[in-house]
Amino acid sequence: MTVAGTPMRRTGARTATPRRPAPDRLKSIVTYTVLSIAAFVSIFPFFWMIVGTTNSSIDIQQGKASFGTYFWQNVTTLFDQVNILRVLFNSFYISIVGTLLTLLIASMAGYAFEIFRSKARERIFAVLLLMLSIPFAAFMVPLFMMMSGAGLINTYWAIILPTVANIFVIFYFRQATKAFPHELRDAAKIDGLKEWQIFLRVYMPVMQSTYAAATIIVFMLNWNNYLWPLIVLQTNDMKTMVLTISSLNSAYTPDFGVIMVATVITTLPTLIIFFVLQRLFVQGMLGSVK
Amino acid sequence: MAKTRLGRNESINGWGFIAPALTLIGIFMIWPILWSLWMSFQTGRGMALSFGGLSNIKRLAADPIFLKALTNTLTYLAIQVPVMIMLALVFAVMLNSPKLKGRAFFRTAIFLPSVTALVAYSILFKSMFATDGLMNEVVLGLGLVDSPIPWLSDPFWAKVVIISAITWRWTGYNMIFYLAALQNVDRSIYEAAKIDGVPAYAQFFRITIPMLKPVILFTTIISTIGTLQLFDEVQNITQGGPSNATLTLSQYIYNLTFKFMPSFGYAATVSYVIVILVALLSLVQFYVARDRK
Repeated sequence: MTVAGTPMRRTGARTATPRRPAPDRLKSIVTYTVLSIAAFVSIFPFFWMIVGTTNSSIDIQQGKASFGTYFWQNVTTLFDQVNILRVLFNSFYISIVGTLLTLLIASMAGYAFEIFRSKARERIFAVLLLMLSIPFAAFMVPLFMMMSGAGLINTYWAIILPTVANIFVIFYFRQATKAFPHELRDAAKIDGLKEWQIFLRVYMPVMQSTYAAATIIVFMLNWNNYLWPLIVLQTNDMKTMVLTISSLNSAYTPDFGVIMVATVITTLPTLIIFFVLQRLFVQGMLGSVK
Repeated sequence: MAKTRLGRNESINGWGFIAPALTLIGIFMIWPILWSLWMSFQTGRGMALSFGGLSNIKRLAADPIFLKALTNTLTYLAIQVPVMIMLALVFAVMLNSPKLKGRAFFRTAIFLPSVTALVAYSILFKSMFATDGLMNEVVLGLGLVDSPIPWLSDPFWAKVVIISAITWRWTGYNMIFYLAALQNVDRSIYEAAKIDGVPAYAQFFRITIPMLKPVILFTTIISTIGTLQLFDEVQNITQGGPSNATLTLSQYIYNLTFKFMPSFGYAATVSYVIVILVALLSLVQFYVARDRK
C-alpha cells in the first residue's frame, strides 16, 4: 500500500513487474497489523497507569479501564502516608550527584584508555570488560558488610559510591573517543595547555552530545535502581521513589490507586527526559553498539 | 631528553586519568568479589563465620529451594530470551522498511517501556493480572477461557506473567540495537534477492540474521546476564511465590542474606553459581556464533 505511486526503481524496472504483486500487499498488511498490536501492547500499561490514578483500589483490581473520580483522594492519601517531597529529593539527589560523578570519572577513564594506549592499560581494559559480566549478586553481600563497617548504611554515599565507576560507561566513552580529533589535542598542546585543561576545555565541549546521551542513560540507571538501595537504605526518610512504591505495594492491603499515583510520579522524570532528548537517547544507545 | 620526558608525561597522564575509576572499581568491585569467593568457603550464622571447605557446595546439591530457584531462573532464560530476541528482530526488520508509514510512532511506542523503572512496571503488571482483574476480563470476554485464570497464584501462570512482563520491558530496548545495525546493511543485497525471487522469510533467515550475527550475539549475552540476575520484577509481582514457583537465584541470595537468618557464606556460594552460569553461557554463545560463520 505504500509503494503505489512511487516510481519504480531502475533495477526493478528491468524485471518488468508493472503492478505490485499480491504477496507484497499481504506483507504490508501483516506488517501494519503486527506493529499496531505491538504498539498497543507497549502503550497500554501507560494508559492503565494513568487511568489507575483516578480509580479506587478495588476498581483497579477489578480491571476498570476507564477514568474514575478518585484522583484527589489517591493524591491526598499518598501525601498523608509518605513524605513524598523528601522521597523525591532523595531520588533526585542520588541520581544527580551519582550521574555527575559517574560522567566525570568514566569519561576521564574512557579518554585515557583511548588517547594514551599502552600494553598495560590495554590489559587492564580487557579485564574490565570481562568484569562486566559479573553479576551484582556476586558481591552485594561483602559490599554490604563493607558499607556497614564504614558506617555508611542508610546514607546517600552508600548508594552513590559503588555505582560511580561504571565499566559500561567507561567502555561507552572509550568508543566515543575514537571519533575525537587528535589534531585538536595537538593544537591545544602547542598552545601550552596541560592535559587536564585539554580535557576540560577541549574534550568536554567537543564531546557534548556523547555526554548528553550518557547523562540520560546514567540518570535512568540511578533513578530506577532498586536492589542495592533496598539493602542499604533502611529508614523511610532516606528511601527513594522506587523503594517507596515497592513498599506501598508490599503492604498487607496495598492501595492500588495510591500506588498508581506514586508510579506516575516515579515514571514522569524519565519519561520527560526521554521525550525531550529522544534523538540523543537513541543515538546514545546506538553509540554503545558500534 | 625531550622525547623521554614527553613519554613520561603521557604515562603519568594515562595513569592519572584512569586512577579514580580503577581505585573505585578496586574498592567496590574487585575487593568484594574476592571477599565473596573467600566467603563461599565459610559457614556459620550472621557474622560468626568459620572455614567450612566444600560444605556449602554439598548444601547446594541437597537444597530444594536452591534447585527450584535455579530451575526457575533457567526456565525464564530458555523461554524469555529467544522469544524476545526474535520479536525484537521482527519489529526491527519491519521498521527498517523505508516505505513504512508512521515509523517514528511505532519505534517510539515499542521503545517506550524501556524508560520505565523495573519496580514501577512490575506493579502495573501485578495489578493487571489480579484474579478478578483486567486480564481475566479480557480473556473471558474474548471467550478464550471459561473461568478466570489464577495468574499469580498458579505456578505455571505466575511464570507466564513474569516472562510477559520482562518481554514487555526489554523487547524495544533490543530492537534499537538491531535497527542501528540494519542501517549499516547495504540495501542492494535485498534488492538483488528480491529480483531473484527470494521470499521475504528466506531473506530474513538467509540475509538479515547472518548479517546481524555480531549484534544478536551482543544482545543475547546482555539479556542472558540480565535474566540470570532477575530480581526486581519477581520481587514486586509475586515475591517469589506461589511456594517458590517464581523464585530466582538473586532473590534467593537476597533472602539468605537479609530475610532469613543471615547465612553470608552460603549466599556467597549461591552467587558464584550465577557467575559460573554467566561465564558458561557466554562461552557457549560465542562458540555457537563463531561456528556458523
